[in-house]
Amino acid sequence: MSTIAEAQVAHHADDHADDHDHHHHKETFITKYIFSQDHKMISKQYLITGLIMGFIGIAMSLLFRMQLAWPGESFPIFEAVLGRWAPDGVMDADVYLALVTIHGTIMVFFVLTAGLSGTFSNLLIPLQIGARDMASGFLNMLSYWMFFLSSVIMVISLFVEAGPAAAGWTIYPPLSALPMAQPGSGMGMTLWLVSMAVFIASSLLGSLNYIVTVINLRTKGMSMTRLPLTIWAFLVTAIIGVISFPVLLSAALLLIMDRSFGTSFFLSDIFIQGEVLHYQGGSPVLFEHLFWFLGHPEVYIVILPAMGMVSEVMSVNARKPIFGYRAMIASILAIAFLSTIVWGHHMFISGMNPFLGSVFTFTTLLIAIPSAVKAFNWITTLWKGNLQLNAGMLFSIGMVSTFITGGLTGIILGDSTLDINVHDTYFVVAHFHLVMGISALYGLFAGVYHWFPKMFQGRMMNKNLSYIHFWVTAVGSYGIFFPMHFVGMAGVPRRYYENTAFPMFDELTDVQVLMTVFALITAAAQLVFAYNFVRSIFYGKRGPQNPWNATTLEWTAPQEHFHGNWAGAIPHVHRWPYDYSKTYENGEYIIEGQDFVPQTLPLQEDEEELHH
Amino acid sequence: MDSTVTAGSEENVWGGGNRPLNASYGKLMMWFFLVSDALTFSGFLASYGFSRFKFIETWPIADEVFTHVPFFHGNFPMYYVAFMTFILIMSSVTMVLAVDAGHRMMKNRVILYMFLTIIGGAIFVGSQAWEWATFITGDYGAVETKGGRILQFVKADTGERAALADFAKTLPSERQELERNDGLWFNQGASLPSYSLKEVTEGLKANPNILIRTETITETGEKTLLTREESLSKIKDGALVVEGANLVRNEYGSRLFADFFFFITGFHGFHVFSGVIINIIIFFNVILGTYEKRGHYEMVEKVGLYWHFVDLVWVFVFTFFYLV
Repeated sequence: MSTIAEAQVAHHADDHADDHDHHHHKETFITKYIFSQDHKMISKQYLITGLIMGFIGIAMSLLFRMQLAWPGESFPIFEAVLGRWAPDGVMDADVYLALVTIHGTIMVFFVLTAGLSGTFSNLLIPLQIGARDMASGFLNMLSYWMFFLSSVIMVISLFVEAGPAAAGWTIYPPLSALPMAQPGSGMGMTLWLVSMAVFIASSLLGSLNYIVTVINLRTKGMSMTRLPLTIWAFLVTAIIGVISFPVLLSAALLLIMDRSFGTSFFLSDIFIQGEVLHYQGGSPVLFEHLFWFLGHPEVYIVILPAMGMVSEVMSVNARKPIFGYRAMIASILAIAFLSTIVWGHHMFISGMNPFLGSVFTFTTLLIAIPSAVKAFNWITTLWKGNLQLNAGMLFSIGMVSTFITGGLTGIILGDSTLDINVHDTYFVVAHFHLVMGISALYGLFAGVYHWFPKMFQGRMMNKNLSYIHFWVTAVGSYGIFFPMHFVGMAGVPRRYYENTAFPMFDELTDVQVLMTVFALITAAAQLVFAYNFVRSIFYGKRGPQNPWNATTLEWTAPQEHFHGNWAGAIPHVHRWPYDYSKTYENGEYIIEGQDFVPQTLPLQEDEEELHH
Repeated sequence: MDSTVTAGSEENVWGGGNRPLNASYGKLMMWFFLVSDALTFSGFLASYGFSRFKFIETWPIADEVFTHVPFFHGNFPMYYVAFMTFILIMSSVTMVLAVDAGHRMMKNRVILYMFLTIIGGAIFVGSQAWEWATFITGDYGAVETKGGRILQFVKADTGERAALADFAKTLPSERQELERNDGLWFNQGASLPSYSLKEVTEGLKANPNILIRTETITETGEKTLLTREESLSKIKDGALVVEGANLVRNEYGSRLFADFFFFITGFHGFHVFSGVIINIIIFFNVILGTYEKRGHYEMVEKVGLYWHFVDLVWVFVFTFFYLV
């Protein structure tokens, strides 16, 4: 059966330029909602799975934030949620480490990689380039279900007897390699590795699809320089995924060999409880190299889709062309290239040769250039724009703000001489949460608010609730992470269960409480979002087909969903996607009374094409 | 740039529409998959380089390890692995011919060349298995010191390697071998080496022609040979007898040498094995006429890409593991 469906997809994909009638084929509940090969359904599956994982991840952060603010205090909620791991409601140190580890893993991989790029690449690539579906609907479906499987395995690992993996999301050996090293190093760690192996396969299948779809299935006229910036971002994200995830797979496979088959790739000279283990000659620094060769591009896999969506949403809602379209593309490419040669800046204190450190410092600081190009281009896009401050736009502006704030501390951390002083402190935690965590989440929210009508048959999300969501989140997330910089500068190390043994940190306790209170408030605001999201799926007001007056192709597709996207022929493209507020020389809009020109409109007689 | 062209750009393949690179999406996917797989292998080879460089002064010399040829006795360094490599490269040639025959829609030739490719792949996988078996069995045997270093033995007069069997004494052993049916409770022990450390030590003392060589590589690129006195004092460091190789220890030297040997050739061998299976599936599809009906042999081309990739990876593995 699946082969028939595959053949049909291939048929659509191959002949999409022909004016053939599109016929609905009968779909059962299973082929429509579960094992769907339609990119729109798969994108919704990704989004909802990602959001659920996100809520688990955020809930975990609240638990350990409470422990940090009120160390060793008893809370009924701990006992209720953690059970045996919180005797008398006091959080156990092992479970604290496990929570930190799984929070990081879930947020980085399951929410911000799969949930963000999986959702929007699937939704927008075919719709914005004018394709009937992804190149291979079957592989696309497989990609989602492998992601689902890996999510399930990760969640199951929370329930094993000794607890989930607790070696930090970076799973450095020997903590992750020796099953007896800590409670979480046993079954929990094994499940973590299995889950991530499945995740990598899922990510590979997804990325292959995104890349070839963008290259091969663009509609007539959709040249590479007429692609919306979202598509450029998704394409490049998929490429760095294809390049960096396999190296994580190498590291994971070698780690599995060390854990279970007695090899010594990452281990050497280890004593446990007076016993000498046989491992000899391996190096944990080798693992760090392999891990960060993925790990650094991974942060760009997280942030690039957000950047692409922010560019798009911002241009639509500023009613202005994006400033420096080609510079935006070039900076995406530059960031992607540089991301693969900077991994050493995570390892400045691993005993690296200082000369090598200075090389990594140099390449790292180079990233500031394309990042600054993007930041300035967003600001100049806003400049003198006719700003439509809806939720998507607010989150886009918020993203630029947090990206700049977090990016500035990146300059400090990228410099080996400065980094050594704040390495592994809360300064680092504050930096990456702002620059990739919060920024990417803002990109996700901007995307959800903006493309919600496209996802759910024209239904709009509630505007007032979205304002509450934005403003509480915006104030709250700075409330959490801004003070955190100072805590880090004061030297408080990250990943410590409690700092009560260090009298010099005593006076920072109030700041910890402040951050935790902000975290609780901000998390509560996400409930508003969840309510708004679920309610709008069923009861949201139906908006017009093109609710934001955007030029791109997805808004030319009908609101109701069917496999194939456009009922008739696929529209052809005649211009770039950012013809907002474009006028003739005499100051008249190209289309009378309309400040945007859809990509499908041919160039008018005395209209001049913008030299973007 | 094309942004200034209006009507004309729509004829340009880069202006969108199908197949701007003149390749189907399936072929492109295969290419990008290979990019990703190449990076996995790069991760392994880079790790191998990292670890080998760390032990550059004691790393085993491949010419002294891979010296066997099936059915022949003697010292033939690299002969067999060169043969395996040749077979694999030839199977790539037959794959090219199969793809070419596919372009020309010559079904019988595709069948012939696919068949030859499968045979080549099977010979390679078989040889790989034989090579593993030889590597695991080992030939000379060695002694591991308390510090985890490997001591090997050499005949002083000829300079050839000495096997433990050549000089170890057989001492009366008091160890009783019990079988599963001898008791109610049975625990499988590790298999014992053919000779105990004591037997090797006694044999070394009794045989003045045997010297010890250590892992350390001299300036001339050979392993360090100890004098007779040094050998007799060095053997006192011995902790256990090692024969052959497993993932924990091996008689060839550094532990990482065998670890990486098993892992990298194993991972590559798994790729070749999968390739042979895929080739067999495609082979039968060709026989059944699936691609004849489809009107093109692109599937043959796609598995061909994979096959060439596996071949290319072997060239790197061969270079870095066996040659340099």
